[in-house]
Amino acid sequence: MDGVPVVKGDVLVEGASGTGEGLVLSAPISFWGGVDPKSGRIADVRHPQHGRSIAGTVLFLPGTIGSSSASAVLLELVSAGKAPAALVLHEPDAILLLGLVVAKEMGLHVPMAVRLDRTAFAAFAGKSVSVGGDGMVELSD
Amino acid sequence: MAMRIVSEAARLMGAPRLIPIASAHIDGALYHGDSGTLFAERLVEGGARVSVRATLNVGALDLTGCARVRLEEPARAMAARMMSAYCTLGCEPTWTCAPYQAGHRPARGTDVAWGESNAVVFCNSVLGARTNRYGDFLDIACAIAGRAPDYGLHRPENRKATVVFDVSGLPSDFLEADFAWPILGSLYGREVGDAIGVVAGVGGSPDEDALKAFGAAAASTGAVGLFHIAGVTPEAADLETAMDHAEPAEVIRVDIGMVAHARARLTTAERPDRIDAVAIGSPHLSSEELVRLERLVGGRRLAVPIYACTGRHVLASLSSDRRAALEKAGVILVADTCVVVTPIMPALADGVLMTNSGKFAHYAPGNTGYSVLYGSLAECVESAVSGRPQWTGSLS
Repeated sequence: MDGVPVVKGDVLVEGASGTGEGLVLSAPISFWGGVDPKSGRIADVRHPQHGRSIAGTVLFLPGTIGSSSASAVLLELVSAGKAPAALVLHEPDAILLLGLVVAKEMGLHVPMAVRLDRTAFAAFAGKSVSVGGDGMVELSD
Repeated sequence: MAMRIVSEAARLMGAPRLIPIASAHIDGALYHGDSGTLFAERLVEGGARVSVRATLNVGALDLTGCARVRLEEPARAMAARMMSAYCTLGCEPTWTCAPYQAGHRPARGTDVAWGESNAVVFCNSVLGARTNRYGDFLDIACAIAGRAPDYGLHRPENRKATVVFDVSGLPSDFLEADFAWPILGSLYGREVGDAIGVVAGVGGSPDEDALKAFGAAAASTGAVGLFHIAGVTPEAADLETAMDHAEPAEVIRVDIGMVAHARARLTTAERPDRIDAVAIGSPHLSSEELVRLERLVGGRRLAVPIYACTGRHVLASLSSDRRAALEKAGVILVADTCVVVTPIMPALADGVLMTNSGKFAHYAPGNTGYSVLYGSLAECVESAVSGRPQWTGSLS
């Protein structure tokens, strides 16, 4: 399926469909200590994409590592309007996704989170990507 | 709301049922923004209480008054409200990332719901209790519900090692040094990731503080929830037992070059000719580690401060004379929190922080803006005395 611009992902957390630049992280990240909860900027100096902002992107995550506070950072990003437009995960992550579950409990609008095999990520890097409420991940122009 | 959150987590992870838990360790009371405070207060307003023993991880404030936290209003008040809300929910105000050294030691084989990556890995690996890596919100939700989703490391069949991390090729004097364990831990976390590994060829028996440092570093660089050390940790009487007599999927033979590379990665400062501070105590210092610090300082006056982060459980056992001697030397005791989770150290544009902690080395650059220099505890103390990096053996 590599290179195909339309892929159906499994819906992990239902949210608003979203469109943004596909940001494919080339290494796993710890949201706590790795992403600034106020701005969405990648703060981990050892991360290959240090300095990039995840705000408004369709964020493709090969994996998450480190702190158990990733959920809290994602909740604050959602609350501050600096969350990704959608999250695409190689595998479900109970820590990170809880940030979206709690954000919904708090009455906030949350982005979609879908599961997609990471071998399909590269086709979306740097392009405008939309993630629909049905889990469809596709190029949007 | 707590039960809904636990059920939703179970659905996400494909857990078929919920199981009762014996205790929880809650990492959710550290302030990252107002939403976390409002979440905790919503639980309080709903009349929720924890139904099992629940200790608290660090907060954003030092409620003991040891160290001055530079958190400004209104964040400061929101952080205090958050800490207060978790106490109202019935959590114990332990405020430490080393609850296992503050009297919270669940029995081997019991199911618990622990947050804080280093506490999770210690609980599973050294105590042999069973917990997944609980994130903020799910930890308190499980503590209130008294239940957790049954998947992952709660199930014995998922606790067997599939990867061997063989350190038998390393010199024994290196393996016996305190500075070896954070280096090996950070290498282990990167190499093993979220698989379960068994460390083979350790030789001696690392003490509890060494295992604490290894696990904390491993959980910083990888999604590590459980490790085994053959002949040392409770589920690894020997290598074969840790692997349930199966063949390993992978054997990582650690050589001295890999160690040198991992050690270099812990440092981000480029050949600094001075340091601005030393930070130790991630995870929080034990009483024994504080004694080692006192011996190494030996009554000398420090040129730059040593921030010694610990829990109120250790502070309570420290006599006023010993505390006064440490503070006179220039040691800044920090309790209930630490220098990497909340602003305590002065904001410096090009600050250099020396540390013996793999976890501080990992998180300090992103969280404090300081670049870091990794060294042994002895090197950290000598460098703090002179204000310049001093090497007494960890580089050889």
